[in-house]
Amino acid sequence: MIRVELPQHLRTLARVDREVTLDVEGRPTLRSLLDALEASYPMLSGTIRDHVTQERRPYVRFFACEQDLSFGPPDAPLPDAVASGTEPFLVLGALAGG
Amino acid sequence: MSAVRVLVGTRKGAFVLTADAKRDRWAVNGPLFGGWEIYHVKGSPADPNRLYASQSSSWFGQVIHRSNDGGNAWEPAGNKFAYDGVPGTHKWYDGTPHPWEFKRVWHIEPSLTDPDVVYAGVEDAALFKSKDGAGTWEELPGLRGHQSGPDWAPGAGGLCLHTILLDPSDANRIYIAISAAGAFRSDDAGQTWRPINRGLKSQYIPNQEAEVGHCVHRIAMHRSRPKVLFMQKHWDVMRTDDAGDSWREVSGNLPTDFGFVIDVHAHDPETIYVVPIKSDSEHYPLDGQLRVYRSRTGGNEWEALTKGLPQRDCYVNVLRDAMSVDALDPCGVYFGTTGGQVYASANGGDTWAPIVRDLPPVLSVEVQTL
Repeated sequence: MIRVELPQHLRTLARVDREVTLDVEGRPTLRSLLDALEASYPMLSGTIRDHVTQERRPYVRFFACEQDLSFGPPDAPLPDAVASGTEPFLVLGALAGG
Repeated sequence: MSAVRVLVGTRKGAFVLTADAKRDRWAVNGPLFGGWEIYHVKGSPADPNRLYASQSSSWFGQVIHRSNDGGNAWEPAGNKFAYDGVPGTHKWYDGTPHPWEFKRVWHIEPSLTDPDVVYAGVEDAALFKSKDGAGTWEELPGLRGHQSGPDWAPGAGGLCLHTILLDPSDANRIYIAISAAGAFRSDDAGQTWRPINRGLKSQYIPNQEAEVGHCVHRIAMHRSRPKVLFMQKHWDVMRTDDAGDSWREVSGNLPTDFGFVIDVHAHDPETIYVVPIKSDSEHYPLDGQLRVYRSRTGGNEWEALTKGLPQRDCYVNVLRDAMSVDALDPCGVYFGTTGGQVYASANGGDTWAPIVRDLPPVLSVEVQTL
């Protein structure tokens, strides 16, 4: 079970609490985690990564285990603590706009 | 009809303003979708309880919501706007090629007859259509694929398709407008398009009378005369009586003919409204006086409407989708400002009063007569 924390606007859009839990088959990666998130909450499709290119939206960041995972390869394994549910995977909106 | 519902899109959410036919006491519901930029909210003419809302965010992109009960409850709808085929390029501000990139939905136009059919005008300019209540969207690629497409360039607000007019007398005829490409018409339900810009003159392009390249800000139509269109261009107020085949200027005695909005009285197709703005580099009213101008002659002869509007120290703007009329008698006229006011006139513009004064900057105003 993977724990994912969403920013406020996406929590409101998906009508969920701050943290959601996902089951991801196999060793979870960024891509498989986001696939599972969008499968469970289709309204989030296109809000975290582009519909067509599947690239992370520019003002969205991914943090976990005190690491910035925003720029890692999408098929690289996520940290063990995220895979085990010990630590949450954080989706954040970058600070911008004043 | 005994009530009105005003749908207001702002920089930080949507608001629904309701009143009975007297239009003197208003209930304010909102903000809905707080924190999102709401470019447009519009109801279906075929089912007034079916509403569509366009939400946009620099962080999280484009979202569409749909309501089936007049705006009390909303559900997420489809937000995948994928261009047909390889998008190619249009011109950037400096004239160099720039890839077509979807940014947001500026305008939603529900079908006149089917609440599940809805059109979306987007930035970078393209027209999309949904046949399933905004669940899925498909581009009508004939527009962006017009031979002039690679020459389209953005206006200051982006390369946006902001106006969609559906001809109530001909289901195959659609008008659209793009800043800064111009106006286009389809006579085959959106499959093919032709520019309709003859008569427009724009000093900011090399050929002032070019077929495309004009910064059209808004077009308005009265449903009883769908071949007569009124246009607020970047500069100039224009009119066509032949479905856009030719335009003539009707700015007449306006103190400035720069502006964004234009609309037509619900019961008199020769009565039109604009809000003159000082200039393209000074987006506020002349002399700090917020004045709506009304022509009862289809243009050229204009009168200032000032009663109830601030006549000193007012430096707000009125954006292109932020004026609408109701269908009551007398006709109500509404507009919203970048200062967060929504003004209403229940007597065709003779007098005005604010419904609300302190909303976030207003992007769009639509009115439903219930």
